[in-house]
Amino acid sequence: MSTMNLGGIALAVAVGALAGFTAEAKTLRWSSPTDLTTLDPYAHTESFTTSMLHHVFDPLVRHGRNLELEPALAVSWKTVRPDTWRFELRKNVKFHNGNPFTADDVVASITRILDPGSRARGDLVAVDRAEKVDDFTVDIVTKGPYPLLLNDLSGIYIMDKEWMEANGALKPGDVSRGVSTAASTSAVGTGPFKVESFKPEAGTVFVVNPNWWDKPQHNLDRIEFKPIKSDATRVAALLSGELDLIAPAPLQDLQRIGNSSGFKVIEEPSLRLIMLSLSSRPELKTAPGQKNPMLDLRVRQAMWHAIDFEALKKRVMRDKSRNTGTLVAPQVPGFAKDNDQLFGYDQDKAKKLLAEAGYPNGFKTKLNCPNDRYINDEQTCVAIASMWTKIGVQTELQTESRATYFPRRDRGEFDNSMVGWANMPSMDGFATLSSLLAEQKDGYGGSNAGAYSNPKIEELTRKAAVELDEEKRRSMLVDALKEARDTVAYIPVHQQPVAWAMRDGVEIPQFPDEYVRLWFTNIK
Amino acid sequence: MLKVFLSRLGQAILVMLVVSAVSFVMFRFVGDPVASMSRESATIEEKTELRRSLGLDQPVVVQYGHFLARTLSGDLGISYRNQRPVTQLIAERLPATLELVIVATLLSLALGIPLGVLCALKPNGVAARGVQALSLIGISTPTFVTGIVLILVFAVSLGWLPSFGRGQVIDLGWWSTGFLTASGMTSLLLPGITLALYQLTLIMRLVRAEMIDVLSSDYIRFAKARGLPARYIHFRLALRNALMPVITVTGLQIGSLIAFAIVTETVFQWPGMGLLFIQAVSFADIPVMAAYLLFVGLMFVIINTVVDILYAVVDPRLRARSA
Amino acid sequence: MKTLTASPGLITRIGAPISVMVAGVVALVMVACALLASRIAPYDPTDLASFDLINAELPPAFSADGDPRFLLGTDNQGRDLLSAMLYGARVSIAIGGGAVLVAATIGVFLGLLAGYYGGKVDAVIMRVADVILSFPTILLALLVSGIARAVLPGAATAEWAPVILICAIAIHEWVQYARTVRAATMVETAKEYVRAGKVIGLPSRRIMLRHILPNVMSPVLVISTINLAAAVLTEATLSFLGVGMPPTYPSLGTLIRIGNEFVFSGIWWIALFPALALVILVVAVNLVGDWLRDRFNPKLRVKR
Repeated sequence: MSTMNLGGIALAVAVGALAGFTAEAKTLRWSSPTDLTTLDPYAHTESFTTSMLHHVFDPLVRHGRNLELEPALAVSWKTVRPDTWRFELRKNVKFHNGNPFTADDVVASITRILDPGSRARGDLVAVDRAEKVDDFTVDIVTKGPYPLLLNDLSGIYIMDKEWMEANGALKPGDVSRGVSTAASTSAVGTGPFKVESFKPEAGTVFVVNPNWWDKPQHNLDRIEFKPIKSDATRVAALLSGELDLIAPAPLQDLQRIGNSSGFKVIEEPSLRLIMLSLSSRPELKTAPGQKNPMLDLRVRQAMWHAIDFEALKKRVMRDKSRNTGTLVAPQVPGFAKDNDQLFGYDQDKAKKLLAEAGYPNGFKTKLNCPNDRYINDEQTCVAIASMWTKIGVQTELQTESRATYFPRRDRGEFDNSMVGWANMPSMDGFATLSSLLAEQKDGYGGSNAGAYSNPKIEELTRKAAVELDEEKRRSMLVDALKEARDTVAYIPVHQQPVAWAMRDGVEIPQFPDEYVRLWFTNIK
Repeated sequence: MLKVFLSRLGQAILVMLVVSAVSFVMFRFVGDPVASMSRESATIEEKTELRRSLGLDQPVVVQYGHFLARTLSGDLGISYRNQRPVTQLIAERLPATLELVIVATLLSLALGIPLGVLCALKPNGVAARGVQALSLIGISTPTFVTGIVLILVFAVSLGWLPSFGRGQVIDLGWWSTGFLTASGMTSLLLPGITLALYQLTLIMRLVRAEMIDVLSSDYIRFAKARGLPARYIHFRLALRNALMPVITVTGLQIGSLIAFAIVTETVFQWPGMGLLFIQAVSFADIPVMAAYLLFVGLMFVIINTVVDILYAVVDPRLRARSA
Repeated sequence: MKTLTASPGLITRIGAPISVMVAGVVALVMVACALLASRIAPYDPTDLASFDLINAELPPAFSADGDPRFLLGTDNQGRDLLSAMLYGARVSIAIGGGAVLVAATIGVFLGLLAGYYGGKVDAVIMRVADVILSFPTILLALLVSGIARAVLPGAATAEWAPVILICAIAIHEWVQYARTVRAATMVETAKEYVRAGKVIGLPSRRIMLRHILPNVMSPVLVISTINLAAAVLTEATLSFLGVGMPPTYPSLGTLIRIGNEFVFSGIWWIALFPALALVILVVAVNLVGDWLRDRFNPKLRVKR
């Protein structure tokens, strides 16, 4: 939604009359169901907002066209001690307000994100401090040997120190103390676009930054982003010509949009894997006082064999998902082809395994799912509950909004539950180990809602955390993920698709991390 | 008179206190913002720390005390989601919702009154029956179905009207209006109609019932007997008498319209308070939810109190009773 | 009764009874079908083992690629749509009816008390009513179901969700009954026969239940019909907003919410049939309710 004041309109009319038809501004109008919540990069933890702010800010290192890590505001780096990394900074870079970019900005930015009031503090949890060496050299000191520093830094945007000082934003806003800063509503970065206006729920407008330090690979002058929460309305707005791009597009509408003349659909697998966590507690919440049947490996295998993943993929995911046997996507370090073998769909085998485990008549259990978090999450769960019921695992399904679902999952209220994992923002399989597979202690196991526990994985997780040799580290991840598969720690369901729809003439590359990177976008 | 006024005011304050308590306690249970505020791989320790720093680990009574003290001093807190003052967020969204409500009210009055008169004067006519039948369907169709059907027809198939948002808005001070641009006006139409539909039916039926009532009263019959022209009787005498309750009901319904705008705003991505509220619910953004509820409650209490006092002024019998 | 004496048989003369009778029959047939859902539905859509993804999204039997097993086609899970609608209508009607019953019982009781005793009793009850009215129906229902879900772990399950929805809707609706009954009771209380009853020492309970209640029942019945339609709609809206019945035990509203995701996909029957069924049901009930109101109580205003 564009806004201007009365004077602005008069000016625009005058300028328009003068300019005539000479310069045709290239404007991209696009929509997604989520909105960016704030312009302060350290005041949120949402990957969508991070992806939007990447148009305005640059990190020290960034993901390139093939998601490889490449220099951005830093041109090179090396480790000077196991816990100290030295970064050489890019020269002649200017912020949107004209201020030059120097080491002071990096130190101020890192200090700001490490502030106790910073919401995104956890994204840089391994870092202790940043130190200026000279105007274009910075040392970043970690709390110990830490292999994933570059991955973490790719999500940390650099802000202008002078601007923060002038606007009282050197510390981030803090909800608990009731402090909000100018950084929530205005953004001064070094990135390819500048924010022209920011109106939550109504729209955000970006204009091109002609002085960007990098060579632009896009031809956009202006981006109008308008979030639309309702799927049907978003598709309607694309089809009626009010939008150029919608990302994501609802899977069930892809065929219809693709067949409409003047529109096209692009898709590829996302990094996000959907999986089911199974209870490893001594008793099920649904049957207190009785031994949890799922402690028996054969029962877990039966529940895996019971699911017809082909049917799920075909019917629920419209053939757009990828079925998987392991817990990380192929692009993510830790993935191994051997771990990715599918468990065949075999109801008879499943029933036999249940009988062998001593449950010939099955048992009762529950499945909890969100209904507004992952692609077609509720539909997937209804289908799985139906499939489990068919082998005798009578499943009661409960779905609810993410606002109540995730807090309850964190409190350990669920026996079996759905969770999606993308290993973002680090894009490394270690997050799967540390959050999903490790026990809940020492800061590990934050999302291990089924209380899965395995000494071998505990040991591998702690070793991989400090292993600087990349070869060795990856093989630890692979071993741990093999163990997880062998013991059916989780049942992987599928790899979500990223599906976007747009009018013909929009050329945009797609990325498995679901980021919309408009600095690679060209329109006709 | 002063006594009535003071007692009504006292009651209104009491009602607001209860509303604030109920809304606050309710929201404590609706969701937990910590999960939405934390990154995906946050540790249990991080989440506990965040919960503590937000004061969510304290007893509900203590939290309510803080909430009330801050609210009374005009501070509604900071949104967990946007990290901006809640009053600012509400002020930003207020124009969008109010303009939508105004358009819906005007539409329902402009169409509802003539249609109601038509149905009352010619109850047997084809037009009246058609209108009656349509009004039944209007009152029986869920808002979200109406909205999506309108989008399908007018935005996608015909391409006449925008399907979402407010179009171009112009800032007049802090008030952003869509009334001054063509795209702003066309954007108001579909959501306005959707929101107006129920109200329109209500007003139409009310006018019809009141008119039939008034037309059969003695003084209209006397007027007829005196040979006054039908036009004069229908519009100067009957309609005017029927309009009083219409105005009262329209006033009382404004609060409901603001609340019902939640559904309309969701369907049309209308950046008003309803959308703010729905987004806040899915994030468990407690300060925003509480502020929204207080605001809607306050609107209702003000309207009800004013209506009550006006009635007491008009009707002395009520004064005696409530004293 | 003034309206009716003024234009005798207003309704009868313009032929409304035919449409009202049709509406009455339609409403009765739909209610009967819904109540008998478990007998007449070809499948049991609530039995998770009875449907199969293989059958998902089959078009209605009468269209080109239709499958004769599924008259109105299947939904996105492979459920028979007709069966799902019959069961869904049963859920919707049960919740709507339950809400009306609960609201009427509470409202009549409190309205009688307030109107009969007046004074402090009246003030307290009417202030509570004001508080309730200061929350719009939808908002209040959202809050009640939100709390219930947080407090009761099983709140969103098939057993508890209907109870919670009934309470969530009834908590707003009772006020209308209470206000109407209170006004009528105040009128009745002032009449000779009630005063006489008080003088000869009849117990208050007896006066209220035996003498006043029968005289205030006709507006209650009229309100109930109209509120039934409103309650079914409210339930549908709540389900649309995602706090209604679980997808494994859908109401008509839940089915519409699911169908809404398919309006652009070409799978039109999933969206169309449940919405059509809901609108027809509500129109029929409203038609009967309007007629009842005009017939028995022309003074009663339409109020939300």
